Amino acid sequence: MTQIKSRLMALASGLVFLPSLSFAQGNEPVNWQLGLPVPATPVEQFIHDFHLWLVWAMGAVVLFVLALLIYVMVRFNAKANPVPSQTTHNSLIEVVWTIVPVIILAVIAIPSFKLLYLERNIPKGDMTIKVIGNPSWNWTYEYPDLGVNADKSAKVSFTSYLLPEDKAKEQGVTYLLATDVPVVVPVNKVVKLIVTSDPEGIIHSWAMPAFGVKIDAIPGRLNEDWFQVTREGVFNGQCSELCGKEHAFMPIEVWAVSEDKYKAWTDLELTGPKPEDLAAFLKTIRPATDKVASN
Amino acid sequence: MAQAHDMHDDHAHADPSGWRRYVLSTNHKDIGSMYLWFAIMAGLVGGILSILMRMELQEPGIQIFKGLAQMVYGVPENAALDNGKQMFNAFVTAHGLIMIFFMVMPAMIGGFGNWFVPLMIGAPDMAFPRMNNISFWLLVPSFALLITSMFVEGPPGMHGVGGGWTIYPPLSSTAGQPGPAMDYAILSLHLAGASSILGAINFITTIFNMRAPGMTLHKMPLFVWSVLVTVFLLLLALPVLAGAITMLLTDRNFGTSFFVPSKGGDPLLFQHLFWFFGHPEVYILILPGFGIISQIISTFSKKPVFGYLGMAYAMVAIGVVGFVVWAHHMYTVGLDADTQAYFTAATMIIAVPTGIKIFSWIATMWGGSIEFRPPMLWAIGFIFLFTVGGVTGVVLANAGVDRNLQDTYYVVAHFHYVLSLGAVFAIFGGWYFWFPKITGYMYNETIAKVHFWVTFIAVNIVFFPQHFLGLAGMPRRYIDYPAEYAGWNYVSSMGSYLSGLGVLIFLYGMISAYAKKVPAPANPWGVGATTLEWTLPSPPPFHQFNDLPVIK
Repeated sequence: MTQIKSRLMALASGLVFLPSLSFAQGNEPVNWQLGLPVPATPVEQFIHDFHLWLVWAMGAVVLFVLALLIYVMVRFNAKANPVPSQTTHNSLIEVVWTIVPVIILAVIAIPSFKLLYLERNIPKGDMTIKVIGNPSWNWTYEYPDLGVNADKSAKVSFTSYLLPEDKAKEQGVTYLLATDVPVVVPVNKVVKLIVTSDPEGIIHSWAMPAFGVKIDAIPGRLNEDWFQVTREGVFNGQCSELCGKEHAFMPIEVWAVSEDKYKAWTDLELTGPKPEDLAAFLKTIRPATDKVASN
Repeated sequence: MAQAHDMHDDHAHADPSGWRRYVLSTNHKDIGSMYLWFAIMAGLVGGILSILMRMELQEPGIQIFKGLAQMVYGVPENAALDNGKQMFNAFVTAHGLIMIFFMVMPAMIGGFGNWFVPLMIGAPDMAFPRMNNISFWLLVPSFALLITSMFVEGPPGMHGVGGGWTIYPPLSSTAGQPGPAMDYAILSLHLAGASSILGAINFITTIFNMRAPGMTLHKMPLFVWSVLVTVFLLLLALPVLAGAITMLLTDRNFGTSFFVPSKGGDPLLFQHLFWFFGHPEVYILILPGFGIISQIISTFSKKPVFGYLGMAYAMVAIGVVGFVVWAHHMYTVGLDADTQAYFTAATMIIAVPTGIKIFSWIATMWGGSIEFRPPMLWAIGFIFLFTVGGVTGVVLANAGVDRNLQDTYYVVAHFHYVLSLGAVFAIFGGWYFWFPKITGYMYNETIAKVHFWVTFIAVNIVFFPQHFLGLAGMPRRYIDYPAEYAGWNYVSSMGSYLSGLGVLIFLYGMISAYAKKVPAPANPWGVGATTLEWTLPSPPPFHQFNDLPVIK
């Protein structure tokens, strides 16, 4: 009963804030969330602003149609209007309801294209990360900028797995969003992604909602994307292309940290640390800002 | 034209009875009825799959499918979890394919199309009655193959096709599901496709050649127009699917490499081919609904359709533009900015003819004398819900925003608003509109109205919260999700059970109509019902229009 009550309370508080439509409270989704995640990149900020505007415009269209429907049902029902008119044409109104939607769509298209070109005209990156989706439902990350071994493989390369439920509980992180090791990136740097999948594998999709990034990992193809995280934090995403039985169990975790911490992390990674040493080190650099803003 | 009379006195067309009447049927009304019963049966199967999925998603964790896999497949305890996960994906796939190919299409085109296209244009039957028979009977083995696929091996040691209705390789190829389940599904789609192509040829020939004297194209009821546009889409789109799945079949079984990147193929080729079919397909699912809604709105407003020509050519425009927007399903595959910009623009253009239809329906009601009989409730519900689904379509059309929405529950909410709430509402509207004509019985209108209201409330509870889940980032086709998504998933599942109750009310109403056998008059709907089917008795005679009607 209290559970239902708290649910209702949360719902009510959500509805009160409906007009702002940006009531995600942190980097992670929250129960009863109604809108997009809190932006962590300029791209996601643009998506946010544009989407908010779209919601108002489209909401107005729905309310307009609803109002018309209610009006005709009240005004022209058989009791109120026993003798139907036989009007079947009105050129003016037909032209109006063709032209006005065209204008609305043109107005939508302008910011839409701006956003699209911001996303897809990939800037010169400060660093590159190669992402490989594996057929065994996990992600391999390579940092080619940090040097290559004699066999041309990246010196810093690791595979990130789902953090099992018991361990997630133990560490106080969210099961199905958390991974055993995170991707670490420096804040404010332009990070270029090269995304692909195992050549003999299947399609996955690397998604990071707070960054406005979703790009398919396709066998035999190299896809490019980019992000520039503007604040420190732990960010999570999930595989977004059906890839078999473990589709729901291959999360993505990115930590955006200060440049010093990033440098310390790369120094350690280049030494090929033992898992327990790495884990101990990661604890020291984990961004504490899980909840960036309260309601 | 005068020959029609003589042909139908032929003894081969004497009233058959027993199983021969149906199995060997060449009668468009009997074949239409079989399509409708088939659609109801398939709809129940697809609906049960969806309720089981919603039961699983009611709470975080895996509760239902582990036990279900043990029960159905008899797998040992230690393999049950993996089998359950695959089984969920197989349910996702089967639910989609069944609802599209075995529920909506048979109901709208095979069922209402077969029944009412000849009646509305004043034709004695379809142009190719024997081909009509094989169109229906291909669907039965097709459905059987799809159901069989759920019980044979897909991925090693597991059952069914878990690739989604989009069956993208390499997941649907030997890399993901080497077992025969996928081959069964491909053959099922081939048969369903052949059935639809034959049906399309039949409708095109019938509509172009068998209209009664005076029934010009520009006098045809809008339902006939909608079927005409739909069957052209079928004829042009389905061969592309057939090509794609044939290439998939040979990749799987004969060592070709159309979609194998390590051998010079490309998985993206399949996606382009699939969506070149798949996008027209979604209009195939909704266009006949547009036609049904036009007939109902006009009938119960007691007014002719407002802007008839605009309505007809809006459907033609939707059909044509529907062929050049396919890559909006592929915004995240890595297409460059210019390509995505084109598909964004082209997709948004579809909102214009769709808007014309919405406003013309309202204008048809404007000045009318509206009676809120059951078909009209479904039609008005359709207009509102389709508008909601339409505006989220405009949001999704923007490639830039799609970064957050692609493959999330927002998409699930969008396409269920236009299909589960749009197409299905049109089907129920058509069902309650034409049931008296088809069976000769009136149904209890109160039960029909209760069915409407329960369904209307239920489907909104199911699908509206899914917009929130999608915006928050919950991906679709997930058997389990982070606890943060629990709230809206719980609400959605509750709505799903309520919609199940709606289906039971529907079945009860139908059973009671058959039990009580209240005879329906030739025209139960009054002066607004002006199309030719209402000039015939209910049910119409086995062969109608022995003397062709003349349309002034």
